[in-house]
Amino acid sequence: MNLTLKIWRQKDGTSKGKMVSYKVSEISEHMSFLEMMDVLNEQLVNSGEEPVAFDHDCREGICGMCSMQINGEPHGPDRGVTTCQLHMRMFKDGDTITIEPFRAKAFPVIKDLVVDRTSFDRIQQAGGFISVNTSGNTQDANSLPIAKQAADEAMDAATCIGCGACVAACKNASAMLFVGAKVSQYALLPQGQVEATQRVLNMVEQMDNEGFGNCTNTGACEIECPKGISLENIARMNREYLKASL
Amino acid sequence: MGILTSSIARKVAMALSGLFLVFFLGQHFVINLTSVIAPDTFNSWSHFMGTNGLVQGLLQPVLIFGVIFHFVMGFVLELRNRNARAVNYVSYKGSANSSWASRNMIISGLVILAFLGLHFYDFWVPEIVYKYIESNPEDATRYFPEVVHKFESPIRVGIYVIAFVLLAFHLWHGFSSSLQSIGFNNMYSRALKGFTKFYAIAIPLGFIFIALYHHFNQLSH
Repeated sequence: MNLTLKIWRQKDGTSKGKMVSYKVSEISEHMSFLEMMDVLNEQLVNSGEEPVAFDHDCREGICGMCSMQINGEPHGPDRGVTTCQLHMRMFKDGDTITIEPFRAKAFPVIKDLVVDRTSFDRIQQAGGFISVNTSGNTQDANSLPIAKQAADEAMDAATCIGCGACVAACKNASAMLFVGAKVSQYALLPQGQVEATQRVLNMVEQMDNEGFGNCTNTGACEIECPKGISLENIARMNREYLKASL
Repeated sequence: MGILTSSIARKVAMALSGLFLVFFLGQHFVINLTSVIAPDTFNSWSHFMGTNGLVQGLLQPVLIFGVIFHFVMGFVLELRNRNARAVNYVSYKGSANSSWASRNMIISGLVILAFLGLHFYDFWVPEIVYKYIESNPEDATRYFPEVVHKFESPIRVGIYVIAFVLLAFHLWHGFSSSLQSIGFNNMYSRALKGFTKFYAIAIPLGFIFIALYHHFNQLSH
């Protein structure tokens, strides 16, 4: 198929960016979106132009590295997939596709479609962990009974890959689905109880300091999340926060 | 950043003030409904609300504070949220993942605020003038004719109807959203969410019915 791509180009973090149009042809519907971007970049390199910078790593939908706001939605129009797993069969011959970086004050653009998501790392460092000794004294996992439902819900929360689609989708650029998932995965398990109070207070404080917006419960994050992280995690974080504050 | 000024504290404060206003709206509706089914009851309940010391001295100031707090906090959150995205998207497809009502609470809220201005001008200001400035004697039968008189104008009725439609949008998202904000979202809350959606439609529709009833009732006489 032949496509017109409108892509955000920005030389670096301090430059002013703009949308630039490109044509790509003979794109197979079996290609992933990133493979289509590879074709474009090969074309640009061959013609002596600067290729489009974009984030990617595993290309298997598990690392959370690829991003891109495609036609107004993070990771594009398909549901439950990251950009690397978005296939070109989702588009039609002759389509114009708009491609932008994930937008948030807390995700500054580094170059073109690459944004700095280390604000997520700093939130994790503020409390997204448990302090245990792992130096050879690890106990058997089954020695600590955990209810099936709690284990399942904790696992669901832990599937968050920290890609930032929730922030990109939210009209307020809120990170509460990400933080809610990270708080929940520990709050649901006995190992997480010891540091539960400080964890939620510290992570929310760091989230606020990073400049993310406030959640207004539109639910856009839940719909666009490639891992289907539920809004229940935000409600749980709110409960944990109120419990820790009072 | 202190606990009281954190994003979650603001969100919870917004939710609690919203839930308080939702409750107030329900009792306001019940009293208004009596103007359709039993004018004498409407008069006596209105007289009670207008003259009872506890209602006038405590509940009314709490209500006014609740309204002001809710819209001031709404503006503050809206401005902060807009500020969280320095550069806007060229293409943003909000309709793909969220409802119009949820994305435009500030618009429905502003319409409701403008309506409140008219509503205060129509009922609250004349009431204050009647009771406290002109110091007229108490008359427990004046409330029903005053309400009926207000709904003579088709323009006023039209404005009320538009405002109530926007109120329905505001409640459609706001009521269930406030429950999520205070942490109430689990497998047991689905039925309650259904109730919030019913309430969001039924109460504004009820207010519209009352306004139209009084308007057309006068035309037929």
